[in-house]
Amino acid sequence: MNTLSFSVIATAVGLAVLAFAHWLGLDYFYFAGYTILQFIVLSTAWNILGGYCGYVNFGSAAFFAMGAYSSVFMHKFYPLPVPVLVVIGAVVSGIVGFGMGYLTLRLRGAFFAIATLAMAVVLQTLVINWEYVGGSRGAYIIRPENLEVAGLTINYIEYLFVLMLILAVVALATSRAIERSQLGFGFATIRDDELAAEACGVPTLRVKLIATTLSGAFMGMAGAPFPYYIGYLQPQSAFGLEYAVNSIAMPMIGGTTSWVGPLVGAILLGSAQQYATVTISSAVNLLIVGLMLVAFVIIAPNGLIGLVQEYLRRRQR
Amino acid sequence: MTALLHVDNISKRFGGFVALDGIALEVEPGERLGLIGPNGSGKSTLVNCICGTLQNETGSVLFDGHVMDGLAAHERTHRGVARSFQLPRPFHSMTLADNLRIPLLYTVHARSGPLRSTGDLDARCHELLDMFGLAKKSKQMPRDLTQVEMRKLELARAMAAEPKLLIADESMAGLSYSEIEDILALLVRLNERGITIILIEHIMSAVMSFSQRLAVLVSGKKIADGKPEDVVRDPEVVRAYLGQ
Repeated sequence: MNTLSFSVIATAVGLAVLAFAHWLGLDYFYFAGYTILQFIVLSTAWNILGGYCGYVNFGSAAFFAMGAYSSVFMHKFYPLPVPVLVVIGAVVSGIVGFGMGYLTLRLRGAFFAIATLAMAVVLQTLVINWEYVGGSRGAYIIRPENLEVAGLTINYIEYLFVLMLILAVVALATSRAIERSQLGFGFATIRDDELAAEACGVPTLRVKLIATTLSGAFMGMAGAPFPYYIGYLQPQSAFGLEYAVNSIAMPMIGGTTSWVGPLVGAILLGSAQQYATVTISSAVNLLIVGLMLVAFVIIAPNGLIGLVQEYLRRRQR
Repeated sequence: MTALLHVDNISKRFGGFVALDGIALEVEPGERLGLIGPNGSGKSTLVNCICGTLQNETGSVLFDGHVMDGLAAHERTHRGVARSFQLPRPFHSMTLADNLRIPLLYTVHARSGPLRSTGDLDARCHELLDMFGLAKKSKQMPRDLTQVEMRKLELARAMAAEPKLLIADESMAGLSYSEIEDILALLVRLNERGITIILIEHIMSAVMSFSQRLAVLVSGKKIADGKPEDVVRDPEVVRAYLGQ
């Protein structure tokens, strides 16, 4: 199946989800669905660098927050429609990703992870001290009740939901296209053995920079509509541990070698968290992530996808 | 005839340790050169400096008439230098065919424009696997291979980049006699196709039967270079290997 037909199918699935949501007519479904979709984008973005290239990024929250804060900045500076803000968020976080890649990619393994964590702390400190975007007090963004487009009145949360749905489709289609391309092979050589990759003619530094930039840009995209969704953005929530941990845990649970992994992981873990938030308490979220991560590392180190592949391989023999 | 590889007076230090001390070496097109030396004499460092994994501090490396100093390893691969590693370094998560696909995609493709179609690419992979006797295992993973097959994969992957010069870094260490014969025959076949080969090896019988010329490194210096029969009788070489 080529990328075009995959995109068509993914769009059709997206439309089906939308039709279901519309039929349900429940605001809460949009709220919860938005969060899950946002995590699909985030974990797919993380997987481009972490899964395909094997570079574990602990600073996902910073890229997400850069997207969110570029929206806050634009909201104050020159208000623009949210889809444009998504593009701006992608550019800002893409640049941050490129810079991070350039500065840290000579580091490997745990050292790279620590560097990304440090970068997140530095960026958070900058934002806390930047009065224009609200500083440590945070910033309010009053979301309009409805959106008027070509004479149609659309519920704003539904609008954000559709936007995130589109982003999820774009992220998944991109990640799947990469997997089967020359670039995808290049990413995999970096994960396996960088020295051998160079000897085979793979320009490893350039390939890694493409990965950090793409990964960062998608995280920024996921973050850009966030201030409109949440209404009040403060550094602690935008740079929250939740984002960093979830964007690692979701691909890990789903499986990191394929685009399906982050999707499955995000739906599974995202829904479990939404369910726990409503029935138990929102504080249980990270506990669930932690327990599931521990369980999967022990039972299925290659994630659910790995488990299925292993099962199929055994049946073939 | 001008030399294909011209190593001019290169040196490399690691802190206070001098790994290479003013090495000069020339390799003619189509030649089979053996490079020997005791452990720690700088053979692998020399290979790394030629291939760009390490950068030499002084001197320069000329390949095919171009200065290679400062070029990254992948750029040198694009220009026609390929190497196999002393300890095989396959891409573990890929099948054998995919392992060969990497140099085809990134080197051959980049060098000569679009590498035809995916069908051509597959055909080229299988041709190479066939040549190295690995055709039946094209869909298997490197972890399923025996030691000698792993060495063959390493050479096949180096050859996939269609190099002018192949540097085989101890591709026979730890193999049995028949396996050594096997690999030697392969290398001779490649050489007959016009590929210049530098063979780094400890197994003297293999080096002697393969090489047209022999160079000896000891403590980062080249102490001998010439016809294999003459070099092994050189008193300095004997002293380096057997002691006084």
